Amino acid sequence: MNSYRVLNSRVARVDAVEKVVGKAVYTDDMVVSGMLYGAILHSPVAHARILSIDTSLAKALPGVKAVLTHADTGHVKFGVSPARYDETIFCEDKVRYVGDEVAAVAATDPGTAMKALDLIKVVYEPLPILLDGLRAMEPGAPKVHERFHRNICQEVHWHFGDVDAARAQADFVRTDSLSSKMQDGAFLEPQSALAQYDHNGYLTLYSSTQTTHYVHRTLAMVLDIPLHKVRVVKPYVGGGFGPKAACSSMELITALLAMKTGRPVKITFDREQVFLHSRARHQFFHKMTTGIRRDGTISFLEHHCIMDGGAYSSFGIASVYYAGSLLGGPYRLANMKYDGYRVFTNKPVSGAQRGHGAVIARALFEVQLDRLAEEIGMDPLELRLKNVMETGDTTCNELDMSSLGMRECLEAVRERTGWNSRRTKGSSHKADGHGMGVAAGFFVSGAGYPIYRSRTHHCTVEIKVAEVGGGVTVRSGAAEIGQGSDTMLAMITAEVLGIPMEDVKVLSGDSDLSVDLGAYSSRTTLMTGHATRQAAMDARKQILEVLAEKTGIPLDALDIRDGFVHVQGSQMDFASIRKEYLGEHRGFPTQPHGDLLTFAEASRLAFLERGSIIGKGSYRPPPLGGSFKGAAVGTSPAFGCSAQVAELNVDMETGQIHMERITGAHDCGFAINRTQVEAQMQGAMSMGLGEALMEEVKYDDQGRILNANLAEYKIPTAMDMPPLESIIVESHEPNGPFGAKEVGEGAIMPTIPAVLNALYDATGAMVTELPLTPERVLRAIKKARGETSRGDGDTREQV
Amino acid sequence: MKHDIQVTINGTSHQLAVPANRTLLELLRDDLRLTGTNKGCEAGDCGACTVLLDGDPVPSCLVLAVQADGCDVLTIEGLASGNRLHPIQQAFVDTGAVQCGYCTPGMILVSLALLRKNPHPDEAEIRGALSGNLCRCTGYQKIVQAVQAAAKEMP
Ligand code: FES
Ligand code: FES
Repeated sequence: MNSYRVLNSRVARVDAVEKVVGKAVYTDDMVVSGMLYGAILHSPVAHARILSIDTSLAKALPGVKAVLTHADTGHVKFGVSPARYDETIFCEDKVRYVGDEVAAVAATDPGTAMKALDLIKVVYEPLPILLDGLRAMEPGAPKVHERFHRNICQEVHWHFGDVDAARAQADFVRTDSLSSKMQDGAFLEPQSALAQYDHNGYLTLYSSTQTTHYVHRTLAMVLDIPLHKVRVVKPYVGGGFGPKAACSSMELITALLAMKTGRPVKITFDREQVFLHSRARHQFFHKMTTGIRRDGTISFLEHHCIMDGGAYSSFGIASVYYAGSLLGGPYRLANMKYDGYRVFTNKPVSGAQRGHGAVIARALFEVQLDRLAEEIGMDPLELRLKNVMETGDTTCNELDMSSLGMRECLEAVRERTGWNSRRTKGSSHKADGHGMGVAAGFFVSGAGYPIYRSRTHHCTVEIKVAEVGGGVTVRSGAAEIGQGSDTMLAMITAEVLGIPMEDVKVLSGDSDLSVDLGAYSSRTTLMTGHATRQAAMDARKQILEVLAEKTGIPLDALDIRDGFVHVQGSQMDFASIRKEYLGEHRGFPTQPHGDLLTFAEASRLAFLERGSIIGKGSYRPPPLGGSFKGAAVGTSPAFGCSAQVAELNVDMETGQIHMERITGAHDCGFAINRTQVEAQMQGAMSMGLGEALMEEVKYDDQGRILNANLAEYKIPTAMDMPPLESIIVESHEPNGPFGAKEVGEGAIMPTIPAVLNALYDATGAMVTELPLTPERVLRAIKKARGETSRGDGDTREQV
Repeated sequence: MKHDIQVTINGTSHQLAVPANRTLLELLRDDLRLTGTNKGCEAGDCGACTVLLDGDPVPSCLVLAVQADGCDVLTIEGLASGNRLHPIQQAFVDTGAVQCGYCTPGMILVSLALLRKNPHPDEAEIRGALSGNLCRCTGYQKIVQAVQAAAKEMP
């Protein structure tokens, strides 16, 4: 048992009450006086030269206050990585996907803004369209960007160890393929932004973003405003999962409209625009060859990947590295070769989504491990345990597993599901329609480096002790997007300062408050948690120092617990302190009493003696990673890991999958809040299950999305989701605050392969294309039935 | 052309003049500034805008304001009494059924409609009742548990 008072508990979230009473404010809930409504004209064609844009009729419409095109901008390019800045606010010479931004208006009401859009006349000259990511690199394929040869946004070629030597010594080798479909973030709150520009040249943008920091920098850069005059505020955000992690044209347009009109402007996406903007999970085409020794030791992995990135780079340069680097663990793998290509097509842009870049790669590798286990007659869970890395191991691509409870996670799901007695041994596919599958995975706990080259602190936190005494305010730039970071900040502060959580107020998500790179790469608990701990310790020390000076009690004999000052060994005479406090508070109905000095009295005294007390904290990871090209991507101060067992039934006649249960175990290092750790695990499972079973953005042959709505783009409902079990494993990460590390993304890693492996267990069918629609499953079942031998290598279907 | 309607919202009667094409969602959010009713799709697909219309859950984005004439509307703002949360709200807080919170008002209102009709639903009935309301954060596990907990608490 630990001795924490707040940490590791199941205390309610600090934002829960506001959210259940409907008082939580999201960006689109905001209305300010004089506000205009913006609207964006998107390209209706996938690839075309812009010959002319005529805005005169739109400008003449009563109620229209501004109409903007590229001619009204500073033509500054932006994107995610400075090495791949390839976007402009509006298209200049050509449009590259259906949805590309061409023009925008601001008007006194939304209806007028929409009418004005209809009056803008754009003449396009169609260009050949490239929609198939697999054809992007072929000679003669239409070119999406002039500057990118063969439509390659980024390619990666890695070779760790010696794959050829390992192949010669492997007893079993097999090659498999898996492809996926473009996924949509499908967060419930569409993006929204509200901009205000004042007479002193200060710009404030309220936005539904995960990363106020990068939006701040991009606004300043593209609109050419001094950085210190830009403020980005994130109200409550209705989910992000990655797609809200970069500055968008919409945010820039909103700000530019406010600057041009001198009035506040708001733009809120409709659901179709959420799909058009996308920046969600790529479509992946993976091919892997894995070798194994007769005793179950994994010998090597050879991995080829093409990712369809859509029209711009976005996060893709990182995604293609992640797809390779995050197979370095959690199994001992000395020899790994990776060739990855992230290519452009004339489709909406893919970016980062929960489990950035690594989810489908993980799925295929875990499927291969199961098939190889079958070939050598070993239980697949046993095979994983045999190869699993332990705390202190380093991967072939130099990722340091400073803590790794992978074995504990696998054992936990084995135990909880009764795996050993319930899963049929030996010949696995008994084809009775019921199956169990296991898989594992790991993920970073905060990217080792910022997106731009800098020595910047990744986050700073200030804890301001109320001058009046009694409470503190945490000031952080961290982005609460539903994952619970505000609660984490409050819990750590309360724990360290020894005060009740209700006396901690959290201000966050505002670039004026502090630096924080934002909610991505599962970084907040580890990084901002560190900074918060440091800031709270600093504030505590300052208060106790004053008390030690005033009472003569040594500093290390003083402690604050539950809002009272405790003294070790001796008695503290605080009569004069209390007398002064009572004197200041004549007439207040509630007064301190009893024989312990209160935190209110101690913190008030600290102010009287020293002025404002502000505890400061910051965090910056140590230099990480190897010296090879791209070594920085995938580095992290720590890695979380996860194992899951999926159980399902398949209707052998229709191919319909019915999920029975998913049991997961995740090593989060140390659970700051146990309920929220489970909540992250369960959310990850549902997103993984959606991608496995049903999610697919569909296109027509002109590059238009066919299902840009939540009726035809299916995400799991309460009826689709089976009961979810979540087991918390705590390996006590030395680089994490109180031992904590990530849970938000690592927990999605095993879901898809656990389902694929359960499907094989149930039916003997291998599906090589996601999602697992009944048609695909049925086709695979039929194929499996027709086959005389199994395990004969690549079972890839024709695309 | 505007239509005069009388609608009771969270116990208060309103006389309003609304255009024929104004949705109940727009009336609540834009005219009355009851922004606890969220807008996720404006097409009846997500449930974030759910309110109770004469006790039945409806997506307010698909209901015209004029259709609410003479009706009783309950939004999330009308559920707590003062600072005292409704047992369903309290259960959502206690079980951790809230993450980003965007689906939460709709989830709570469909749960209320369910428990009024069926005070002791089994898990399948709960999942069925929630199935028109999407949540991308929770995997529904803790929401189902919250409804089960609330069922025990409600009179
Ligand atoms: S906004 Fe009404 S159902 Fe989505
Ligand atoms: S809590 Fe975020 S959508 Fe349900």
